[in-house]
Amino acid sequence: MHELSVAQALVEQVDAVIDQHNAAQASLIRVRIGPLAGVVPELLATAFPLAAAGSRMEHAQLEFTHAPIQVHCQTCGLDTEAAMNRLVCGACGDWHTQILSGDELLLESVELETVPTLAPSPYFLTPNS
Amino acid sequence: MCDTCGCNLTPGNQHLAFKPVARGATAVSVLKGLLAKNDDQAAHNREHFDRRGILAINLMSSPGSGKTALLEATLVALKNEFTCAVIEGDLETENDAERIRAKGVQAHQIVTGTACHLDAHLVHDALHHMTLDGVDILFIENVGNLVCPASFDLGQHLNVTLLSVTEGDDKPAKYPVMFRAADAMLLTKTDLLAVLDDFDCDKAEAHLRNLANPAPVMRLSARREQGMEAWYAWLREQLAAQRARVAVGQSRRPAIQGDGQKLHSATAR
Ligand SMILES: Nc1nc2c(ncn2[C@@H]2O[C@H](COP(=O)(O)OP(=O)(O)O)[C@@H](O)[C@H]2O)c(=O)[nH]1
Ligand SMILES: [Mg+2]
Ligand SMILES: [Zn+2]
Ligand SMILES: [Zn+2]
Ligand SMILES: [Zn+2]
Ligand SMILES: [Zn+2]
Repeated sequence: MHELSVAQALVEQVDAVIDQHNAAQASLIRVRIGPLAGVVPELLATAFPLAAAGSRMEHAQLEFTHAPIQVHCQTCGLDTEAAMNRLVCGACGDWHTQILSGDELLLESVELETVPTLAPSPYFLTPNS
Repeated sequence: MCDTCGCNLTPGNQHLAFKPVARGATAVSVLKGLLAKNDDQAAHNREHFDRRGILAINLMSSPGSGKTALLEATLVALKNEFTCAVIEGDLETENDAERIRAKGVQAHQIVTGTACHLDAHLVHDALHHMTLDGVDILFIENVGNLVCPASFDLGQHLNVTLLSVTEGDDKPAKYPVMFRAADAMLLTKTDLLAVLDDFDCDKAEAHLRNLANPAPVMRLSARREQGMEAWYAWLREQLAAQRARVAVGQSRRPAIQGDGQKLHSATAR
């Protein structure tokens, strides 16, 4: 079950984002997984709470973005959608294609809750203005 | 390594980088490969190999497809030509490393316990237990598993995926992530073809092409030493190519990262 390794990597990355932005915790984590990434979203969703337990994202919602497989044909030049085990051109049928999307394994975005600031607000600094 | 250069952006995902921020929440766009930490470690491992002019090859297959048997035959055949070393990955035992050492070749065993794949950190730890000076080819035998080893870059230059003729010729269609990553596919145990009537080598190759993979397909039997010359010729060719790359300060990642890299350089131009 390598989804646990992936979940641990995800927690580390989100942790770094929380630090970078001086946030308190993450509320939503959006991940983009293509069918060719070799990671099953459902299994990652199961592994995530284990990896996130006690962290600043343990209450975060994990959301997956759909990433359809798209190939670019080197023979006819067209971009078409393809199935996971048939990455041939949908127009001319040639197998000399490149993956445009569908193999990503990306942390797409994170929604953060910021730390309540301890500094006095500008209103109190200038009460007469 | 590539946090700032934007190389995770491809024509397929770049629209995501410019999503508007939702009202009332701080949305941070990251667009970073989830396995970036493993990939950084893998790049570091690759530097270790390139600095010494070593060619590193990752062998992947189901359990029992003949990875260790292939290595045993290869190490003996190439003994007077190259210095080889082997990293063995296995869930539980030291058996495979002992089989390699019995051929007089340096081997380090990684016992992964519950982990069903090797990762770049495990390989780096193994490198520190090995003598790499003078090594020409390092073989890494991954844990027998057709699913996840393909997702973890180890720092190797090439992936070799084995499919034994006892497994069924549609395996590439069933495990596209694994077979898409192959720089060479070896159809092994061909001595058994005579007694099996349901494995068609041409069909296995056609399934590989359906994954848009141009990798060479070699048919061989390590046990009977059939078809091994083509495999040895490929190894010699790949070592020469690695030395030519090292001479001009270049390296190579396995096939699976090829598309993204090509797109990266295409968009950077
Ligand atoms: N008939 C035949 N058997 C083989 C061949 N290569 C390996 N085997 C057998 O397949 C089994 C598994 O081989 P092994 O090398 O341990 O597979 P690994 O798990 O991929 O390392 C062993 O019993 C080998 O003797 C071959 O070329 N022909
Ligand atoms: Mg073995
Ligand atoms: Zn086409
Ligand atoms: Zn880059
Ligand atoms: Zn190191
Ligand atoms: Zn695994």
